[in-house]
Amino acid sequence: MKAGIVVFPGTNRERDMAQAFRVVSGKTPQMLWHQQDNVDGFDLIVLPGGFSFGDYLRSGAMAAHSPIMKAVRRFAEKGGYVLGVCNGFQILTEAQMLPGALLRNAGMRFLSQDCHLKVEGRDSIFTSGWTHGDVFRAPMAHGDGNYTAAPEVLDRLEGEGRVAFRYCTAEGHMKDSDEHVNMNGSARSIAGVLSENRRVCGLMPHPENLTEEILSGTDGLPLFTGIMEALG
Amino acid sequence: MTAAHVDIELARSFGLKDDEYETVLTIMGRTPSLTELGIFSVMWSEHCSYKSSRLHLKTLPTKAPWVIHGPGENAGVIDIGEGLAAVFKMESHNHPSFIEPYQGAATGVGGILRDVFTMGARPIANLNALRFGDPSHKDTKRVVDGVVRGIGGYGNCMGVPTVGGEVNFHHSYNCNPLVNAMTVGLARQDRIFLSAAAGVGNPVVYVGSKTGRDGIHGATMSSAEFDSESSSKRPTVQVGDPFTEKLLLEACLELMATDAVISIQDMGAAGLTSSAVEMASKGGVGIDLDLDHVPQREANMQAYEMMLSESQERMLMVLRPDRTEEARRIFEKWELDFAIVGRLTDSGRITVRHNGKVEADIPLGPLADEAPIYDRPTMEYERQPALVPPADPCGIEKGLLRLLASANGASRAWIWNQYDSGVGGQTVQRPGGADAAIVRVEGTDRGLAMTTDCTPRYGQADPYVGGAQAVLEVWRNLTATGAKPLAMTDNLNFASPENPRIMTQFVEAVRGIGDAGRALDFPVVSGNVSLYNETRGDDGSVTAIQPAPVIGGVGVLEDVRKAVGLAMPQDGELLLVGETWGELGQSMWLKEILGREEGAPPAVDFAAERRNGDFVREQIQGGAVLACHDVSDGGLIVALAEMAMAGNVGCVLDVAPAALPEHIYWFAEDQARYVLATRQADAVMKAAQEAGVPVRRLGRAGGDVLELGDVMAVPVQHLRRQHASFFPRFMGKEEDAPVVHLDEIS
Repeated sequence: MKAGIVVFPGTNRERDMAQAFRVVSGKTPQMLWHQQDNVDGFDLIVLPGGFSFGDYLRSGAMAAHSPIMKAVRRFAEKGGYVLGVCNGFQILTEAQMLPGALLRNAGMRFLSQDCHLKVEGRDSIFTSGWTHGDVFRAPMAHGDGNYTAAPEVLDRLEGEGRVAFRYCTAEGHMKDSDEHVNMNGSARSIAGVLSENRRVCGLMPHPENLTEEILSGTDGLPLFTGIMEALG
Repeated sequence: MTAAHVDIELARSFGLKDDEYETVLTIMGRTPSLTELGIFSVMWSEHCSYKSSRLHLKTLPTKAPWVIHGPGENAGVIDIGEGLAAVFKMESHNHPSFIEPYQGAATGVGGILRDVFTMGARPIANLNALRFGDPSHKDTKRVVDGVVRGIGGYGNCMGVPTVGGEVNFHHSYNCNPLVNAMTVGLARQDRIFLSAAAGVGNPVVYVGSKTGRDGIHGATMSSAEFDSESSSKRPTVQVGDPFTEKLLLEACLELMATDAVISIQDMGAAGLTSSAVEMASKGGVGIDLDLDHVPQREANMQAYEMMLSESQERMLMVLRPDRTEEARRIFEKWELDFAIVGRLTDSGRITVRHNGKVEADIPLGPLADEAPIYDRPTMEYERQPALVPPADPCGIEKGLLRLLASANGASRAWIWNQYDSGVGGQTVQRPGGADAAIVRVEGTDRGLAMTTDCTPRYGQADPYVGGAQAVLEVWRNLTATGAKPLAMTDNLNFASPENPRIMTQFVEAVRGIGDAGRALDFPVVSGNVSLYNETRGDDGSVTAIQPAPVIGGVGVLEDVRKAVGLAMPQDGELLLVGETWGELGQSMWLKEILGREEGAPPAVDFAAERRNGDFVREQIQGGAVLACHDVSDGGLIVALAEMAMAGNVGCVLDVAPAALPEHIYWFAEDQARYVLATRQADAVMKAAQEAGVPVRRLGRAGGDVLELGDVMAVPVQHLRRQHASFFPRFMGKEEDAPVVHLDEIS
């Protein structure tokens, strides 16, 4: 598998992401500068977390218009795999490569703590490292993670099995209106979604930060092992 | 601005004393220009010149075989093995943080980050020591909210994890909060960059943000007390832009990987003035600046404004002339300004030109050498007499619950949950998981442990003990993770040095820090002094802060996997290392339960501290210890409750030994103590006896209740709810606080 990690000005979790891939594959993905205009030859493009362009406009809005995003869109249209985490998820929605939008957290404060996620997506390399219904822990670190979309869009996502992950309790219960479970107030507790062809995935929390026992646990590893098994 | 008339009145309004202005006249041999007066006033401000503190700071221990650069550089540098260095410093941003809490705190973080990456280090962790006013004071909530958002806003965007720190509340900080920010960075030992300029004719290059009119005279403001007019000083507070700083960080590190940089200095307090003067003075060269080339954010800026602006996110560098274009390309890639604003000369002077006119021309030697230095008067300090131990009015259980729910004893999770503590992907112990934060050194098995500590109420009662105890607690907190403490940075926050009582606090605290540092081989490698932390009321009365000689420490773990946290394990015996004499003076219990801040603080014993700490570290390194927590605020029972809450596991404790009343035993704040959880209690006890270390059995870990004979039995869940209740309630949430999942954090 050849993976590339896009670096925008203000991206700051590219090293974390590279380390997670290194843990499962022994190989370090290539860093791609935002002004690059093609991403040919890659199997997977990752948009990591951070504050692209300071997120001074809307989170991800400026990055969505970077030269490289035209290339990433073409890549995805040809069936390429794209993963966006945190700011990467925000960029994918701003680029309209995934439906919905990420609003300011319901409590209007930055949230940096562990949450639990339930694996719901089907037929995707981004969820295949888990069994459907599994619950895992992941750190969240964002100010704008409140997922929203029109009700019919949400219905469709659910109907097509395109809700990849949802916030839940450690026991796997969803509580949409409980700020200690669905901390950022996301619609229907949605933490991650898939594109129609299930090859583009965005999620807010950071599985890449839980990939080694010494770094508070390995709950995030299946994301990467699933990708590795699928793409070799 | 029309050209102001320079005279002694203007000099006074710039913060210069009359005799200091006389010295300026002598050095210049004429009346200085406005720009020159501005340069003298900021360079000779307390903030830049350390004129009241320098004599005393010289007495601190600063050397050890592992110290690469001690005080005098942008940050301290120590050897952490494998050719790597830790670069760290702590710095205050107190005055701005009261006037404009968000920006004051944010730019405090930005400033200390620059100090560290100026030296070629990638910042890998931030910590913050915060002191706020009484929660009931009208400003406290506003200041807490702004400071926390500001720290998070800057650090989170930079992608530097905020991993630790401390928070106190006390009415002496009502109008003068303390915001002390510490950054730890990582560099290769052969890639450390210093500020001394070299090479006559070499270009002086300005990079980063454009210069605006913000922060003019910020350094002078931080050297003055507060009064009711302070809010009118809002324009002197700088505005931070963490995105630009992130670009500046990446651009500087990219440039530093080449050999283009001869020297580099960030523009912090006193901006272009202080960076240019320091680089040239340290290098023994002159410097010519042409302000026409300075990137400007606003039109028609005067030389005076440009030289004194404290606009953020700027750096000054001396580059090799043949590499200038390569450097320019790197900064253009990161979309940052890059301008050659001057040259080094052999004149020994700083010459500033603007619009073809010389606006300042000052000999650098006298500007540095004849800077004022004061040996300010001190006095006999009335130390508090030993406390006559009071009776217990409420029992252990109630006392414990009240301490845990108090502003000073409550969980800080509400704060740290707004700071990204995991970015960078190396955080081994997040806030609350261990006595010190632990960050792995990328690409190695090593870890750095780091913490900040200070107990101002001890220092108020006895400044010497206050200084020494802060060092001991830092050293103990590093030790309690298994790390070997290497060095410290100090951030000395005091009121006016012109008051002999305050000056005595300062001198005694420095003496305490020095003695403790020498006793523990724990040198000071960097630091910052913040004076005039006091408020003048409308009636003329002055409120001084409780002195806060805050210490930040760094230790190393050769194998980070051997580190331990503080979470109570499911099973194991609990041991207390260290002697309990029953020190209740200045204790948290005395203040929170009886409302008294009285008595002598707990005694410090350097020999016992070192012996007990070395023993504990050895046991952790030997693998005998499951969890370890030092005993500090609130005493032994609070330490045990904190372990229980962190692990979500209870324990069964034996009652106090007969020699001490129950409440004195459990709430006393005797120093040099640790609680260990172990499955090898007999072996640890035997080793302790052989090492001459006092140790006793406390009880067993396990269950979900904190149980103490027939004295108390509290479910851990209840403790956690109490502990988590203060901040959400204080900061505006009516409902009960969330139970924080500490067990998942550790």
